[in-house]
Amino acid sequence: MASITIRGVKKNYAKTQVVHGVDLDFASGEFVVILGPSGCGKSTLLRMIAGLEEISAGTIAIDGKVVNKLEPRERGCAMVFQNYALYPHMSVAQNIGYSLKVAGVPSAERAQRVQAVARVLELEHLLDRKPMALSGGQRQRVAMGRAMIREPKVFLFDEPLSNLDAKLRVQMRSEIRKLHRRLSATSVFVTHDQVEAMTLADRLVVMNGGRVEQVGTPAEVYSRPASRFVATFVGAPAMNMLEGTVTLDGLSLLGDSRMLNVSRTGLAVGSKVAVGIRPEAVRMVAPGTPGALAATVDLIEELGAGRVIYVDLDGAPFSIVTSEIVHPEPGSTVGLQFAEADLHFFSSETGGRLDVFKASVPEPAL
Amino acid sequence: MEKRVTFGRWTIGILFAVPQLILIFTFFYWPAGQAVYWSLTLQQPWGGGNIWVGLDNFRSILANADYWNSITASMIFAGISTGLAMVIALVLAALTDRQLAGSSLYRVVLIWPYGIAAPALALAFRFILAPEAGFMAVVNKVWPGFWDPGLDGADAMASIIIAFSWKYVGYNFIFFLAAFQAIPRSLIEAAAMDGSGVIRRFWDIQFPLITPTIFFLLVINITESFQDSFGIVDIMTAGGPANATNLMVYKIYSDGFKGLDYSGAAAQSIILMLLIIALTIVQFRFIERRVHYR
Repeated sequence: MASITIRGVKKNYAKTQVVHGVDLDFASGEFVVILGPSGCGKSTLLRMIAGLEEISAGTIAIDGKVVNKLEPRERGCAMVFQNYALYPHMSVAQNIGYSLKVAGVPSAERAQRVQAVARVLELEHLLDRKPMALSGGQRQRVAMGRAMIREPKVFLFDEPLSNLDAKLRVQMRSEIRKLHRRLSATSVFVTHDQVEAMTLADRLVVMNGGRVEQVGTPAEVYSRPASRFVATFVGAPAMNMLEGTVTLDGLSLLGDSRMLNVSRTGLAVGSKVAVGIRPEAVRMVAPGTPGALAATVDLIEELGAGRVIYVDLDGAPFSIVTSEIVHPEPGSTVGLQFAEADLHFFSSETGGRLDVFKASVPEPAL
Repeated sequence: MEKRVTFGRWTIGILFAVPQLILIFTFFYWPAGQAVYWSLTLQQPWGGGNIWVGLDNFRSILANADYWNSITASMIFAGISTGLAMVIALVLAALTDRQLAGSSLYRVVLIWPYGIAAPALALAFRFILAPEAGFMAVVNKVWPGFWDPGLDGADAMASIIIAFSWKYVGYNFIFFLAAFQAIPRSLIEAAAMDGSGVIRRFWDIQFPLITPTIFFLLVINITESFQDSFGIVDIMTAGGPANATNLMVYKIYSDGFKGLDYSGAAAQSIILMLLIIALTIVQFRFIERRVHYR
């Protein structure tokens, strides 16, 4: 158990900077997921914590002790790699026990501890096999065992589930969660899969382009995305985003073709905004309903428990998720309605979240 | 399931193989067969027929102390030069693999020695290791009589070993480097996370994973040290002093073309061939067991 403190950390490769100053605090025993698209610097950040990449600027401290100059083995971290990185010439038992062997643990004790870990991971019958003879899920478990046996202060996961098939991924996900509850070591998990991120995280760090976009619980990130990027990256299907301009009595959307009457936003009239609305917050109503936006149905994806309806709003793609049993004909017109509270406003220039509808916003003088 | 392209009729397959079969027959089986035939006859030096003598050539060679001396010299040469060439190349490759800046340059530069013809490099080393001039002259000045390959058999052996190893270090280096680079980086990183230091990682992870390459180079180096040493010996020592560097391959040449004992030379080349075959079998039987093929 250890806390991790990251202050102003940057990473340069030759002349390109890939991580532009990151500040983060991970509490002891927390399960943190770093989520972002590929190339956002999330793996680099993880590898800097592990000690596999040099830190170009800033400091990383584990349990209050700056580890910038420490070798990986001196940091008390264990890591699970994306491709498992099992030693191909060693048996499962040797793979799991390698760190103990390096540390000079006597072979009797070593065998005992390997057994104990293997029991937890249900690998006991595979201990004599070589990694070649294992399935993907079994290799994944061996990689976990190799990390667990060291009883590390910090667990690092570098997209460990991305090589597994969908079913196994769901299963391993819950196993990792259970394991964390049991060991309660601080865990940092890097992924580009938002479902994985939402389900595993105590706290979510969303990264993009080498910067941290938002830190918060999965629910916070989902319900109050801090930026346009986070809004569209988290949630599937992605949040609908409409470009608009603030007018005196509402919003003019999509190049003035549509008007949306909303209460005073507190934003300056004429300012450009992006308005976001979650597909699950949109209600479909009969066309012509007052206040509803008319749209043309493009196609429907049936998901069983619900359905995604893709519509066309003057050329802008827009999606609706509903659990109602409705099957509008493609090409037909529907009305779209949503509550003001479900609208998210982002600055068109910076992409940052704009706080609107606050009680403190003064009424303009009439 | 392995997919194989098969021919409708076996004759077509044979036809495709014919060019290669002709080459192998012309340049390997025919000369080898001829050598076997000669080794069982007594060949007239200036032509004019031969007499069948059975295994007499082999008996007389194996009863000759000079020949046993040549076998011993060849074994010493093969053992030390293979060891040197492989260990030096392994160390260089391990270091290059760790620090990759400029490794593309090393790769090119280090293969050059292998491209130099043996006589050319032997001549260069003859100058470099000459006792009367150059670096060894300086050593000789400090310890008079320390180095003279013209008089001391051990010095002469050392000279040809140095020249041969120098040539094969480059060759081995390329293979070792390629083998090191084929090891996934994440394995090394995983070992680092497991607490293993640089040296430990080398012995526990990298070394076992390059054993197929080590084995391949061992076979090639030993075989080549029996065969490719001719040019070096010819230029640097001509088998001397006092037969100290009269390796098997050189003795075949000097007995056959200088001594005009064609039959004896043919018998010697058969023995050399059998020796190399035997050594290769031994390596495959006893060393390959320790190789981890991935």
